[in-house]
Formats: sequence, C-alpha cells, structure tokens
Amino acid sequence: MITIDPETVPDAVEAAPAAISSEDLHRRLGLTDDELAAITDRLERAPNDLELAMFSVMWSEHCSYKSSRALLRTLPTAGEDVLAGPGENAGVVRIGDGLAVAFKLESHNHPSAVEPFQGAATGVGGILRDVVAMGARPIALLDPLKFGWPDDEPTRRLVRGVVGGIGSYGNCVGVPTVGGELLFDPTYTDNPLVNVMCVGLVAENGLAHAIATTPGNLAVLFGSPTGRDGIGGASVLASANFGQGSAEMRPSVQIGDPFAGKLLIEASLELVERGLVEGLQDLGAAGLTCAVSEMADRGGTGMRIELEAVPRREPDMAPFEVMISESQERMLAVVSPENVSAVQEVCRRWGLPSAVVGRVTDDTDVTVVDNGVEIARVPAKALASQSIEVERIASPPQRRRAAPAPGEVAMAHDGLPERGMDPGAVLESLIGHANLGSRAWVTTQYDQTVGTDTIEGCDHGAAVLRIKGTRMALVMATDSQPSVAMHDPALAAALAVAECTRNVAVTGARPLAITNCLNFGDPGNSEAFWQLSESVRGMSDACRALGVPITGGNVSLYNESPLGRIAPTAQIGVLGLLDDLELLMRPQFRNEGDLVVLLGEAGPGMAGSAYERLAGAAPEDRPPSIDLGREASLQKLLQRAAGDKLLNSAQDVSGGGLAVAIAECAIWGGLGADLTLAVAMSPAVALFGESPTRAVVSIAPERWNELARLAASMRIACRRLGTVGGDRVHIRLVGVGATGAAEARGAGVADEVDVPLSELHKAWTMALPRALGVEGIA
Amino acid sequence: MKVGVVVFPGSNCDRDALHGARLAGAQAELLWHEDTDLHGADAVILPGGFAYGDYLRAGAIARFSPIMGAVREHAARGGLLLGICNGFQVLTEAGLLPGALRRNTTLRFEHRWVRLAVERRDMPFTRGIPEGVTLRLPIAHGEGSYYLPDDDLDALEAAGQVAFRYAAPEGNPNGSARDIAGVTDATGRICGLMPHPERAAEAILGSDDGLLLLRSMVESAARVEALA
Amino acid sequence: MNSYRFSVAIMPREGILDPQGKAVEAALPQLGASSVHAVRVGRRIELTVDAGSPTEAREVVEKLAADFLSNPLIERWAIEEPEAVPA
Repeated sequence: MITIDPETVPDAVEAAPAAISSEDLHRRLGLTDDELAAITDRLERAPNDLELAMFSVMWSEHCSYKSSRALLRTLPTAGEDVLAGPGENAGVVRIGDGLAVAFKLESHNHPSAVEPFQGAATGVGGILRDVVAMGARPIALLDPLKFGWPDDEPTRRLVRGVVGGIGSYGNCVGVPTVGGELLFDPTYTDNPLVNVMCVGLVAENGLAHAIATTPGNLAVLFGSPTGRDGIGGASVLASANFGQGSAEMRPSVQIGDPFAGKLLIEASLELVERGLVEGLQDLGAAGLTCAVSEMADRGGTGMRIELEAVPRREPDMAPFEVMISESQERMLAVVSPENVSAVQEVCRRWGLPSAVVGRVTDDTDVTVVDNGVEIARVPAKALASQSIEVERIASPPQRRRAAPAPGEVAMAHDGLPERGMDPGAVLESLIGHANLGSRAWVTTQYDQTVGTDTIEGCDHGAAVLRIKGTRMALVMATDSQPSVAMHDPALAAALAVAECTRNVAVTGARPLAITNCLNFGDPGNSEAFWQLSESVRGMSDACRALGVPITGGNVSLYNESPLGRIAPTAQIGVLGLLDDLELLMRPQFRNEGDLVVLLGEAGPGMAGSAYERLAGAAPEDRPPSIDLGREASLQKLLQRAAGDKLLNSAQDVSGGGLAVAIAECAIWGGLGADLTLAVAMSPAVALFGESPTRAVVSIAPERWNELARLAASMRIACRRLGTVGGDRVHIRLVGVGATGAAEARGAGVADEVDVPLSELHKAWTMALPRALGVEGIA
Repeated sequence: MKVGVVVFPGSNCDRDALHGARLAGAQAELLWHEDTDLHGADAVILPGGFAYGDYLRAGAIARFSPIMGAVREHAARGGLLLGICNGFQVLTEAGLLPGALRRNTTLRFEHRWVRLAVERRDMPFTRGIPEGVTLRLPIAHGEGSYYLPDDDLDALEAAGQVAFRYAAPEGNPNGSARDIAGVTDATGRICGLMPHPERAAEAILGSDDGLLLLRSMVESAARVEALA
Repeated sequence: MNSYRFSVAIMPREGILDPQGKAVEAALPQLGASSVHAVRVGRRIELTVDAGSPTEAREVVEKLAADFLSNPLIERWAIEEPEAVPA
C-alpha cells in the first residue's frame, strides 16, 4: 500500500481565512492546516470560530474515524438477521419471536486515565444511551478492562476508581454487569483501557433510529441541563497524547449522574414505545453538534438550532460551549409538532427538563441561531458522513514473530523440563495469576442479578441471560489477545474472534454477531497504523470464516503514555443465541465418573501465552496459529453435541492452556479429575500452550461412542483423558514428548500434575486480592 | 389478591418485584410515586433501587413522596408492607421500621449470594417457610449495614422483631449488627430486608427460596382478604 | 426579607463505627502523617434561606437538619453561623 502521510505534506494554506479570530485557532483546536483547507473547501468559504469549533469536535478521530474509516469498510457487516449495522448508534440483530437485540462496545479510555471513577461511569452511561437510542431496553453490561501491572499505587488507584465507577453507574440504573475481562499488562500503565459493552432488547417493530426525516418537525432536547462538562473533551481528551499534564485536564472531564441517567432511559423508552418520536439520539462526544448533524445527515435534511432555547446549568456560556458541551444524560428527539406536548409531559413525569431547541429544515445545513442571528451554517454531511478521511502509512516492525505460515514446520520450544519445573507448581502459579484467577474482588462490586434474567453472570465463561416469555437465552462474551498481538496483530484479532465465538459455542449457543473496540496507538506512527490495519484484516478474515457479521464498534487511537504505546488491542464482543435454555451447557464438572474428553489438538507456539510470561520462552518461538475452517467445525460440533444432550459440561481451552481449563472445570464443579495426557511435542505445549480450537467436555461414559462418531464426522480430534472425581487434579503425562525426554536430560522432575483441589481453589481465589494488595474475600 | 409495587424515580427492581409477586400467585401492579392511593392493593412492596439517586441518604428523600401517605395509611390499617433493599432503607427512614442502614463496613457495593436464617415462622412473611430451611438469596447494596443501639437491639430481639439473620457458610456480608438481615415492626405486618427474594424466585436463576417469602406474603394477604 | 446562608455539618454520632473515617486514618501512615488520628468523615450541606430575621432563618434550618438532612439515629448535626447574602 502506498499512501502519503498528510502530516508531512507542506502547508497548503497560504494565509488563515479572515473570519477566524486568530491564525492558529484551528491548530489549538486540534485541526491540521490540511483539515482547515478541507473545511474551507466544503464550506466554499472560510469558517468562523463557532463553525471551526464544531468541525474540530466532529473531525476528531473519536467522532470521524478519519484514520480508520477506509479500513472499517472492509469488514463483513451483512447478515440476514442484521437489522442495523455500523453507522447506527448500536448494531441490531433479529433473534426471533418478534424480538431483536441491540448491542455495542465502546471505549472510555482517555477520560478514565484522567479521572478513573467518572471516566468509567460516564463510559457506562454513554453506551447505555447508545442502546436506548435504538429503542432497546438495556439488559446487560460487560466491561473488558486493561491496566498496567498492579504492583504500584497509581495503577491500583486506577483499578479501584474504574471498577467503582462502573459499579456506581450500572448498579444505580439497574442494568446488571454480567461479564467482561480484567487484564494486567505493563503496556497499559498510565493508559488503561476501559471498554464497555451494552446489550439491549427491543421488539423488532419498535426499533428507533437516530434520524430527522420530516422538515417542520421539532428538535426536543431533554435530560440534564447543559454545562461546561467535557468542553474540548472529544478533540482534546479522546484524540491527543497525554501524560504528566493529566491533572490540569481535569476540568474537561464529564461528571455522570446515574440517577438522571436512569430517568432518561425510562423516559426515552416510553417515548419510543408510545410512538411519539420520529428519531432519537443521545448526546455523547461532540454533544449537540454531533446529534444534530448526524440526525440531519441520515435523513437528508437540515436542522436549525435556536441556541438560547437550550436549558443551561451555568450562566454566560459561549455559543461554542453550548454546541460542543458533553454534559451527560441528555437526549435529542425529533418530534412532530402535534406530539411535542405529549413528549414534554413524559419528560415532566420522569422529572426531566425538556425544551424545543430547533426544527428540521428542508435544506441540508446545520444552522445555529442565537437570539435571531444566524451564527453558523454548515452542511450536515460535512460534519458527519463526509468528514475528512486521512490516509495513513502502515509499515510492519523490522523484528517480529508471526505465526507460522500454513504448512511451515513450527518449532516446539519448551522450557519446562530443562528448567526443572514441577508442572503442578506451574499450574498453581498460573491459576493464581492476576490475569487468570478469580475475578470476584471486582465482580462482587457489580450488581449481576438485577433484572431477574441472569443465568450466568461474571463467574464462569460466557454470560447467559434468559429472555422472559420465551425459551431463548442470550449468550455474551468478550475477548482480546494483546500479548499475541505484540507479535502478530492479525493473528491476535482472529484468535480473539475465535475465542469469543467459541465461548458462546461451548454453551451450545450460536454466535449471531460481533461488535468490537479497536484500541491502538497514534495512527500517525506507521507501525501503530500497521497494527491497526493488520488487526482489522485478522478480525475480518475470522468473521468471514466463522460466518459472523460485525454490526458495530468503536475505534480508540492515541493510546500511548510516556512509557510507550499500548499492546495492540482489538477488543471483541460477541452476541450469541441459545434457542432453548434447557440445552444450556455449563463449564463445570458435574458428576463423579463422567469421562473427560479433549476436543481438538494442541499446536505449537508459546509466544504470547501466560506460560511465557511466567517461565519465559525461546526468543525465536512464535505464537500458535489458527485454522479458521477447523475452528468453525469445532464450534458446530459443540453446538450439535449440546443440542443432542451428549455433554454434561463444556469448557473452552484458552488462557493458561489445557491444564488451567481443566482446573477451572474442577474448581467450579467442586470435583477433581484423574487424567492421562499423551504428549506429542512437549509437556509445556500440551499442558499450558494456548493454541486455539480446543474444548474440554465431560460426558456420561456410555455416550462416548456417540460423541467420538460425531467428532470424527466433523474431523475434530476427540480423545478420552480420564474421569471426573476425587479431590485432586491429577494429570499423568505419557508419550514421546513426556517422561523420556525429561528423564533423559536428568531433570528429575515428576512429569505429572497432582494438586489438591483445595490448593487450586485457594490460589485461584487469592489471585486478585494478592495482586492488588487488598484483603481477600471468600 | 393484589400486590402494588411502588415506583419511585430511581427504583430499579420494580419490574423484578412485579414479576416475583406474579410468580407467587398474586395479581400485581406498579404504583407511581406521585399517586395518592394504592389502586386497591392488598399488599405493598417498596422495591430495590436508588430512589432519588440515594442522594443525601438512601431512602431519605423517597419517604416524602406523595404515595407514602397512602402507604402509611395502609400500614396503619394492618396492611402487609414489604421493603426490599432500598425499600427497607425507605421504611427505616420513614420510621415505619426500627433502625438505620449504614454503609457496608467493607466500604464497597457488595453483590453476593448469602444465606438467611429465618428467626420466626409465625409471621405473615415467613409462615410458609418450612422449619429447618434457610434461604439462599442475593444481596446487592452499598448501604446495608443494619444499625441500632445495643439497648434497642436487645429490645428488638426480645420483641421477636428480628426476622432474618445472615448465616453460615457465607455469613454477614456488610457488618450488620448481630447479623441482622431483616426486621419487622411490632405487629409483624411490616417487614424489611436487604437481600432480594424476588431475584431468587426461580430455580433457573440459582435459587427459588425467595418464592417462599413472597408466597407467604401473598397467602397471608389473601387470608386477610377472605376474612374481610 | 433577607437571604441567609447556612452550612450544616452532618457527622456520624460518637461511638458509632465510622468505616470511612477508619479507612482515611489507615491511609495516613503511608503519607507520613502518623501524628494524625481520630479521623471522622461526615458531610456538609450549604443552603440559603429567605427569612425576616436570622433567628427565624435558623429555626427553619434547625428543623430541616433534625428531620431531614440528618438521621438522628446515626448522625448528629451542627449549624454554622449564618451570614446575610447581599441582595
């Protein structure tokens, strides 16, 4: 790909247009000289200060996706059940029985770095309103979080603040938090990732859209009055590097009011249910400017805003402040004149101020009028769909360890026997690691059961919510593979899609659609942009191979701190559907005497694994590769086996490898296992390798033949490992890669895992409290 | 037999309580906080949530809602009144139940499954709970630490007004005095508890123990209705 | 009619466990402030009352503080001297 980096192109503007009050205002607002030229081009004149401020927020990376739009166009977004895709406030898929699900993943990374509690809380508030804007009632939240290694107080403060903020908002509005991730990695130091996914339920015929179609209709702003919150937030906070100066940036952080947020949700849903609105949009980044320009642009109309009609919390606000304020808990509805009083009455009942602030026009401009004087006029599409696109240069790093190409012979490096490690001790260390142990210290701070639909919350694997009045259940999971992405971002994105959908498939459910949040560094850096473009490619390939469309997402760039760039993080969120809740498969062992069966085969490659973190790996080792066709077969097999009621439990193999997967089945089920594992390559690969496309299931012994036949028919390896039972996890290693090799080298270490369940349970439980330096909780 | 569930601004377990009451065999209806009558409800639930954002103190503002006048009259007539979580906080703030609910001693919001010992089984809210059965219910609150001065606690216990206590194995999650999870007024017809029976009313959700409490309430109210 | 500005301090009652105060106190040694003790955390509410006299205004605030702003079971309150707000 040959592109020109606009940052390096000589200044195209000779002199600043006269209407701008100061020559470098655009730069202070975060716009480049080229962008100013593009604005002038679209307006066919120079912008004034207010117009420039509106462009600066709408053309920020956060609102315009200017660096990523070309990449995102390559994603597979179509599907027969997709009712709304990218570009809407949230993706929507049909699930049957006249119902649909709206869902989306978003980031609030930079606000959370500056003020963790409010940043995370307003992140939750924002994604809730995105789902509400589709007319859907939010029923679940999932929060994938990433922090630096938590051995210093600033990082621990971030963890406490973010977790507290998420809890405060979600718990108060009464939407259960049922899943997510918590991952510690040094690259996230000072630049935590706070991604939030919301899932909502809506009647198929009750969908709302953020659109202004009919000239003459009125724009009603309702919710909290407008203050100076987050002025410049979109362009400054979301799109610029930051570091030591964070404390001074605090005034532009938005403050959340979950109580007002709850009232806003109820009022909005009532407006949609009663058919009182033509269009509905939340006010998030870029505030009123964004809502007005996007609604008009989608409808091919214009919007005229009467600025003095906007209810305010503070006196003496400048027009630009009113137009770009990011005050929270506000929505804009487009309403026909005869419905305005009914809309305002609904708002009054819910205790929310509301005001008619403008009208839909038959031109296609956003105009701002202050006390009868027109002070801005900008084509809606110039702010929204036809904002600037920036071509970026992508170049791979010079040294990297990508996954082996198909057919290439891979090395099976393994430090385990040589280092004289006891695999049982390794297992205890892994299950007691901050990234793999119990999340209870965090998840007990989240209300997981409000709504009375939670079948599985944060505790094990995917989240499962039943849908009242039907036999259906929604299954949701999030995943990311940043440590693999350090080596091979395309592979990591594909692995994340595979693991996420496999998390859904092990429950017996079918993945319906995917949302994502792409967290990367400065796109002006060619390596960072390469990471982004590779991740999009990997995600796209995996979604095509697995037949799952991407219905929405978010891009968060400039995730860098003075310590460097974050690990490339393509955060995936998946929505799955289980047609019959009776068939739900859970991960934990259920019965003494059940057979433990491994589906799929271990592949080589320890780079990026939890084991590598713990024990190190050969520098030339690579991450494991993935065969997407085989992944699709395994997932089908898992769904079939659950549907045929062949299985008693099913758990996917992921972080920490097979041994950790088995230990989790045992800990959660309170039942040990006595197993024998044939080692083809090396004990470390077999026990702790994180190669994909594997699952551990348990079955009644008499169902073995049936399962083996089914697996063979789908060309998935299927091996008996042993039986469930006892109070220890015992894994004997046999085969050419096991005992012989270790003993020949004189390692003198038992080639087996043999650990009491109680010890594993203790290590798992204490993992997080120990890492965070807090008291343990049972 | 009809159960009314009060909706304050910020209530978020109102639909859950409605669902639970229906599972327990009652007709159930939401009652708006601005209403001044109970629409013929035989029993009233003040549900969980964050009424008025729990600003000032949990439950402190909700007690001034217009509907609370009707709720007080209902209670004064001997009508059954159940406060769950935030509803319990409202009832203590309104002076309809003794005590106060303070911040959890962990200083955290706590969501976890707890076990409740049932102290009395001869009251309207507990009469259907079999002997020897403890209740497995979830809690989800930041301010649920029950407080009453020691002398008053002695009196409360002596009067048999302690309805539920946190029990082993999970034990006391929030530092409540004497492990108290729920209390009644002197008549036993007003009851408040921090755990959520309506979230444990179906086996698929992990427990249906809460249904024992809700059914006791519904059957007790139906009995009163039959006598009337 | 004048406007009077008050602030009401609401504190946990003596003898009642104050977990927030305890948490703050526990953090002090880390800051090298080990000479500080007896920390209690409460809150402060500011309000303006229109009344004919300071006494009249104070009566209003006292009633509010006792009946609404504080929970007498667990909290005590104190009013700071009013100041007239310039019209």
